[in-house]
Amino acid sequence: MAGASLRVCAHGHPTLGQLALTLGLLAAAALAALIVAVALGSAAVPLTDSLAVLVGGGDDMSRTLILELRLPRALAAFATGGLLAVAGALMQVLLRNPLADPYVLGLSGGAAVGALLAMLAGLGSALVSGSAFVGALTATLLVFGLAHGTGSWTPSRLLLTGVVVASGWGAVITLILSLSPARQLPGMLYWLMGDLAHARGPGVALGLLVLVCLLVVPLGRSLNVLARGGLQAAALGVPVRRLEWLVYLLASLMTAVAVTTAGSIGFVGLVVPHLLRLVLGNDQRLILPACALAGGTLLVLADTLARTVIAPEQLPVGVITALLGVPVFLFLLHRSR
Amino acid sequence: MSRLETHGLVIDVPGRSGGDPLDLALLPGQVWGVLGPNGAGKTTLLHTLAGLRPSRAGRVEVDGVPLTRLRRRRVAQCLGLVFQEHHDGFPATVEETALIGRHPWLSPWQMETAEDLALAHCALARLDLAELGGRQVATLSGGERQRLAIATLLAQEPGVWLADEPTNHLDLHHQVAVMRLLDEQAAGGRAVMMCLHDLNLAARWCDHLLLLYPSGEACWGPTDRMLVPAALERLYGQRLASAEVEGSRVFVAVP
Repeated sequence: MAGASLRVCAHGHPTLGQLALTLGLLAAAALAALIVAVALGSAAVPLTDSLAVLVGGGDDMSRTLILELRLPRALAAFATGGLLAVAGALMQVLLRNPLADPYVLGLSGGAAVGALLAMLAGLGSALVSGSAFVGALTATLLVFGLAHGTGSWTPSRLLLTGVVVASGWGAVITLILSLSPARQLPGMLYWLMGDLAHARGPGVALGLLVLVCLLVVPLGRSLNVLARGGLQAAALGVPVRRLEWLVYLLASLMTAVAVTTAGSIGFVGLVVPHLLRLVLGNDQRLILPACALAGGTLLVLADTLARTVIAPEQLPVGVITALLGVPVFLFLLHRSR
Repeated sequence: MSRLETHGLVIDVPGRSGGDPLDLALLPGQVWGVLGPNGAGKTTLLHTLAGLRPSRAGRVEVDGVPLTRLRRRRVAQCLGLVFQEHHDGFPATVEETALIGRHPWLSPWQMETAEDLALAHCALARLDLAELGGRQVATLSGGERQRLAIATLLAQEPGVWLADEPTNHLDLHHQVAVMRLLDEQAAGGRAVMMCLHDLNLAARWCDHLLLLYPSGEACWGPTDRMLVPAALERLYGQRLASAEVEGSRVFVAVP
């Protein structure tokens, strides 16, 4: 599949044509994944009927099933996956560390504490989401404030602060779980593993994803330079401090929205950027939009699996991404030696 | 072509209280060498001149405009820097690395043009790296990386070249080739300042020298006035012998 042109990208900087071709292929894959996602489920709708519904036809039963249940969920999965993958790629550039992911700075921990506290208080799912979002932002500002306190901000300082704060959140999560009544535990565990069953209204997440993709186009080359190190970037005319703040806040906002939509889903933000870098090279102008498409596609497929493997029961989608992500990542790590 | 001036500049070397204020004028066509023992503040000086770290007092001006008043991108069009250390960021090829030298000249919406690519290739060829364009930077030797950093600066085309030990890791042939390149840049109207540890390269290729003492004391001037054995012996705390070889002064440390 267009292997030759993809390899060309990996060696030099991509031309506009290669960019368009690669993103076009990924967009086609994303569309195919969405169609599969709406066609499959506990009540299978034949592919032709699904397509008919998507272009405005079909019978009432299939219309309800697809347009009101499966399509919003599939779009939410796409947006969440895209946001996590792009946020992961941005965090990796920000921290100059290819092992960073959207959660590495403890943001999901803050969101989880927010969500679990809301569940413990018996609040409705809208308030749980709101509380998760507030928790994520609190975590963001906490790490930012602590790492930035003395005015000197280095990637390693930020990373260390984030990792320590994240383990603090982990302790709080365990505390909440151990204090919670047994009947609330399954819901909490599903939230912690990442679950799209309650995802509705993908509008905000999709909107943010599109907005960020447009925003990173003019930032792409500066991010390429930043990936070579802060001093080198400053010497080449990049306003490093300003760009790093922007990247940090953008990645945090994206992660917060993703976590709010679907709980904390692991490995998408780590594995997708890695896989794409291996195939496409390291140009952020290509990698970031490619992450949006590939991350979205991966999560749509993973969620479809989660819905269908033991249907009518559902698995938390985070289990699927982790089960796929761990071996893929270990393989990549092994190969890159 | 740019000129770089300092007015009462005191660089901020950690753990050093004082320091002579520097009033330097680095003019187009000049090649300055900065000499001093380890820790005297040579790298700090270059980073301060490039606006990468704040000074303790005084200011740096490019073409009469204080550096702090210029946008980073404009600064990068005027002056470029070869760093002493080359950190591995993300994996990148040699060609991609040379191409980022064009960054200050491109608007955010622009892709690199064929002309930028040609400039990068030309710079790589000038440093004998043309064959290595597709190689990963992490697989290069120390000397090849050093040449790549200089090629990136060549692609950047700044008016003022600041080079922190540009001959680090280079074999004898490439040491001479790089010094010749810097000399050509100066002859073409650019201003060059480099930190050096090799007195003989300084004597042969620099027209001005700045001596930085660990105490913060500094003196500067034309090379022939600065290369006084007594002053150099005090600078390094090291006995030196000098001789005339093929018309140029050569210094050797004597134990």
